[in-house]
Amino acid sequence: MVRTVSTAETEPANYGWVIQAQGLRVRAGRRMAVDGLDLSMDTGVHGLLGPNGAGKTTLIRSIATVLRPAAGSLTLLGQTLGGRMDLRGLRRQIGYLPQEFGFYRQFTMREFIEYIAWLKEMPTAEIPGAVQRAIDRVGLTDRADHRMKTLSGGMVRRAGIAQAIVNDPQILLLDEPTAGLDPDQRLQFRALLRELGTDTCVLVSTHLVEDVAAACTDVVLINAGRLIFQGVPADLAAAAGDKTGDGDSAAERGYSAIMRRHREKEA
Amino acid sequence: MNDHITGAMLDQYSTGGGTAVWAVEAHLERCALCRERLSAAVAKRSPATTALVARVQAALAGEVIRSPRMPARRLPGWVCRWAPPELWPWLTMTMLVLAAALGLDLVDSTRVVPSLVLLVAPVAPLLGVAAAWSGGLDTAHELVVASPRAGLNLVLRRTLVVLLVVVPALAAAGWLAGVSAAAWLLPCLAFTAGALALGELIGLRRAAGVLALAWTVGVITPSMLSARIPLLLEPVSLPYWAGLVAVIAVALVARRDAFTGWRSDKWFVR
Repeated sequence: MVRTVSTAETEPANYGWVIQAQGLRVRAGRRMAVDGLDLSMDTGVHGLLGPNGAGKTTLIRSIATVLRPAAGSLTLLGQTLGGRMDLRGLRRQIGYLPQEFGFYRQFTMREFIEYIAWLKEMPTAEIPGAVQRAIDRVGLTDRADHRMKTLSGGMVRRAGIAQAIVNDPQILLLDEPTAGLDPDQRLQFRALLRELGTDTCVLVSTHLVEDVAAACTDVVLINAGRLIFQGVPADLAAAAGDKTGDGDSAAERGYSAIMRRHREKEA
Repeated sequence: MNDHITGAMLDQYSTGGGTAVWAVEAHLERCALCRERLSAAVAKRSPATTALVARVQAALAGEVIRSPRMPARRLPGWVCRWAPPELWPWLTMTMLVLAAALGLDLVDSTRVVPSLVLLVAPVAPLLGVAAAWSGGLDTAHELVVASPRAGLNLVLRRTLVVLLVVVPALAAAGWLAGVSAAAWLLPCLAFTAGALALGELIGLRRAAGVLALAWTVGVITPSMLSARIPLLLEPVSLPYWAGLVAVIAVALVARRDAFTGWRSDKWFVR
């Protein structure tokens, strides 16, 4: 079916950055997990790196508009979150794969993604086609009508990616999407990321530095809720300098060198 | 559209020649009459095309038979839209609790203590209400609260399902135990709405827990010990319950944004 393109989609963007955070502070429980973060991101694939507890998930949840910032400002698609904003309209343009992807075990994958598409307020007539397209893109066409509980861990992850992209979001947030994918699927996933990154702002949190080096156009490194590095993957590799740091690849050595320098500065 | 493609142009198009192909095709897409004329022209003038179409049709027919069919849906889509599948086990549990209360009522037919069905009725929907909108009891809750549909509307939709299941069950149990529905219906609605309103402040699961505990400690236990129907469930209290429902409904709507899931309060638990 031919999708109707609305004028809102074709008009030029009147904002500088898709995601812009200024002095952002977000609480996770009692702890201030994101603590004074300044970050600007445009269309492309942004790899979010950082040690455990650095605030990656909290940052992603606040961009997904699940958590309200405690201080600072967060501007998404030109809309500053706060008082009188169009939260529903904004959420229609966001795709989100949580770190703990919860799903209904007894639903088939198609039923589940259709349900998510309904939650995202997609027009009823567009839902079946969009669901099929999302399932095809993650390579699960032959499993579309299997129940979620019969899928393997990697397939569940891919189903999670499919539900995130079903509404063709402007902002796509993937929290550790590569966990549980086998090497072959990770390669396919990187190809999908590159394709999505051409017209979407994709933020991928991961622990795998090599995924970032291979598929991302931009690397964001955070620690203790603050930005400590942002640049292209080549910058990350170059950050190691001529010192032989820890790590097996140039990107991993760069990551550990930046973290070490940051810790020395803090100490 | 009044202007159709001329016969000469159609003949040219059907044999693969002619000019302004895109204009012919743009017209064909919208005009059933010209498509019919085209098929007649193709049949007459281009046996190669006819043969190709027949070949493709035969090949496709084979593919279609071999390809898997869409299995029939087990549940119609709208059922899921009204209640998440994980609500049903909690509603089943509520039914079991009501059945147990009814059983005790029927055993104690001499009415030494007040009817348990009557005492439990006001808080009966709370289990289902808690399960309708909380992170621990709905596995996909993180996705639900991040969606544009999250909000009071969706919460009320799910609560309605809970009430549509629980209230008829209560009515049946009450009828068997000889309890009039008038005695518990308003308190039941007040507790449901109260849980939603309190849930806007401290989270629905916690709110339902607080209210159920308060009712158990403050009303059920004393009336079991004193073997008297509590004043709160006497007909004289009904106007107060009605007033309470109205006040709560206003508070609920006034703070409806709380259910969009956009919270940062320390005490708010989803």
